[in-house]
Amino acid sequence: MRRIKISKNDESTIHKHLKALIIEVDKFRVAFPQTETDRWVVLETERPPALERDCMIFVRPKNVHHKGRNPCFLCTVQKEERMTTSYNLKMLRVNLTEKSIKTEILDEALAKKFIGGRGLGTKILYDEGVAKVDALSPANKLVFINGPLTGCNVPTGGRYMVVTKSPLTGMIASSNSGGVWGARLKYAGYDAVIVEGKADAPVYLSIHDEKVELLPAGDLWGKESTNVEEILKEKHGKEASVLNIGPAGEQMFELACIMNEADRAAGRSGVGAVMGSKLLKAIVCSSTRTVIEPFDKEKLREVVTESLRKIRENGVTGQGLPTYGTAVLVNIVNNIGSFPTRNWQESYFADADKTSGETLKEKYLVKQGYCHRCPIGCGRVINMNGKTVGGPEYEPIWAYGANCGVEDLEAINEANYWCNELGLDAIGAPTTIAAAMELYQKGYLKEEDCDGVPLVWGSAKAIVEWTKHMGYGDNKLGRLMASGSYRLCDHYGVPEFSMSVKKQEMPAYDARGIQGIGITYATSNRGGCHVRGYMISPEVLGLPEPLNRLATEGKATWTKIFQDLTAVIDSSGMCLFTSFALGAPDYAALLNAATGTNYDVEGVLKVGERIYNIERLFNKEAGMVAGDDTLPKRILEEPIPSGPSKGEISKLNITLPQYYEVRGWVDAFPTEATLKRLDLL
Amino acid sequence: MIEIRLFATLRENRGKILFFEPENFPDANSILMKLDIPASDVAILLINGMHSKPQDSVKDGDVIALFPPVGGG
Repeated sequence: MRRIKISKNDESTIHKHLKALIIEVDKFRVAFPQTETDRWVVLETERPPALERDCMIFVRPKNVHHKGRNPCFLCTVQKEERMTTSYNLKMLRVNLTEKSIKTEILDEALAKKFIGGRGLGTKILYDEGVAKVDALSPANKLVFINGPLTGCNVPTGGRYMVVTKSPLTGMIASSNSGGVWGARLKYAGYDAVIVEGKADAPVYLSIHDEKVELLPAGDLWGKESTNVEEILKEKHGKEASVLNIGPAGEQMFELACIMNEADRAAGRSGVGAVMGSKLLKAIVCSSTRTVIEPFDKEKLREVVTESLRKIRENGVTGQGLPTYGTAVLVNIVNNIGSFPTRNWQESYFADADKTSGETLKEKYLVKQGYCHRCPIGCGRVINMNGKTVGGPEYEPIWAYGANCGVEDLEAINEANYWCNELGLDAIGAPTTIAAAMELYQKGYLKEEDCDGVPLVWGSAKAIVEWTKHMGYGDNKLGRLMASGSYRLCDHYGVPEFSMSVKKQEMPAYDARGIQGIGITYATSNRGGCHVRGYMISPEVLGLPEPLNRLATEGKATWTKIFQDLTAVIDSSGMCLFTSFALGAPDYAALLNAATGTNYDVEGVLKVGERIYNIERLFNKEAGMVAGDDTLPKRILEEPIPSGPSKGEISKLNITLPQYYEVRGWVDAFPTEATLKRLDLL
Repeated sequence: MIEIRLFATLRENRGKILFFEPENFPDANSILMKLDIPASDVAILLINGMHSKPQDSVKDGDVIALFPPVGGG
């Protein structure tokens, strides 16, 4: 799509002797505020001829009719500003109740204010009053949204977000995923798909460029991810990308996730349950286009060349992640004694190396897995009993491994596979199993509750079988566990055994031994989460510079900066892992070249801050209270009992007030002054 | 004895766990030199679980862990 600035002349001033060019356009719409004589007009036409400044053209828009005629407008071309942008500026709105599918224009100024992805998705839901609805009701909305860099020729430019209200936390959910689906949606011509209402029978959505339809999914219902993908690719073509829920989402379990490519996941916060509540089984997406036209092609190429060089030269993105995947962290985090073990009762696991990235590579790795346009290839494709499947990341390895006391990597591989097949959060599901194991250890769960597979520490069988029970919902305890560790433990009167924040399970780093990640866990808008402010990078990996993990000084400021920059990356369509090598100046340059913005470092971080704050406003509307920014009792009051971080405890009581101060928040929420500064009032 | 744990690519041709006599190794740097590991190949050096530098001293009973540049997730 090309956008050209023209000024519209008075029709009575047609000059016969002027060389005029007639351009028929599909659509003629006014995109910017205009004066009487000067209009910016969007000419939606695939390949406009080269237009010179001051040349006169006739524009005949097919969609404009006047007194039975389709008139021509005489215009003068003013080609001073480039107006291509990597946004499509088009969204789909699908109402499953009404069975309607509409295209909507995405306002460019709004898009740029929140970038896209996580930021824009939250803003849309906030404006449409979704914060107050019941997450599993037809009133909730699911936004599948990519970013301005999705589909562009930039490293890792292929990500999308699923934004909705979470049934797990009751707050904002924004789950990020890679693979190719987001790029396909972008190439098909849409920045987002907004799904509303509820179908009266299982359906799936098919998108191929302008051909968008709701099709019956009765024969897909109940099927696992690989099977669903096979069936839909058979029907819609090998190049189609399939996004789906599994049996877990169909049953609206709070730990249900959304899968794409059968082994990439929008994992957290129960987004799969929302999709299941709408009886939407899958979205299959294909396109004719394979490129996105940026604002400044040459500039983007220049910035990308530099970014690629940095990514290749960086030790993490150029060597560590490609060679060992995220699983390389197992031995690091264990050796600093902050590797939560047996539901966080300890923090050092003697058998950790048996489940490490090194061992995974040695015994099971077949090859690297890559997302769209990714030069890193951190994914693990493994051999699982003769079958080639997507392998586990650091998080499920930890959660099924040390956190359940299990040293059997083969069993971990299998349990992770079932999370993908059944559509379960590969952090939430195993950490809930760990909580169940503690309940069993302490007598709240009995052998007779366990259907022949006792939930004992170290049981390889239990982690596989109970994942299946949770995903299929085929027994009572499995269904209860699939609602998450908080609801499980609360059921037995001991919610403190749930290692979660805002009811979302914490990931693989002990906040008692790493102070900054504790602030992230406590203050993340989507609950227990590490990626939204990955303080592990400086505190454990020494990037961009080493920080003492036990110290509290400066951590609040660092956390805010990480959170704000992450919000930018999450909204742009690039992968967070590029941030080991790239910094704010790089992301600003990429966005500027792609969309025509003019961010400097301060400017782009301000947008990130705005995004972080709109999420917090959503949560406030949803009923969040100040006390929700906290950590479990065990982390605040029980020191790590043994290992290299013996005796350490979380000092959130010191860091949280400092964090609110740097954020310009009081009692967990932004002040009016902060909102004004961020243009959120 | 000083216990030295090697990880990721540092294990190549060296093994996973080694034990050294403390008398010959006053600091972490002397261990790196003995193992023929350039300091630039070590992104994370832990002594008893705490981030340290090659010039930091080591003593009998210490556990040293060495990692090349690695990732996250």
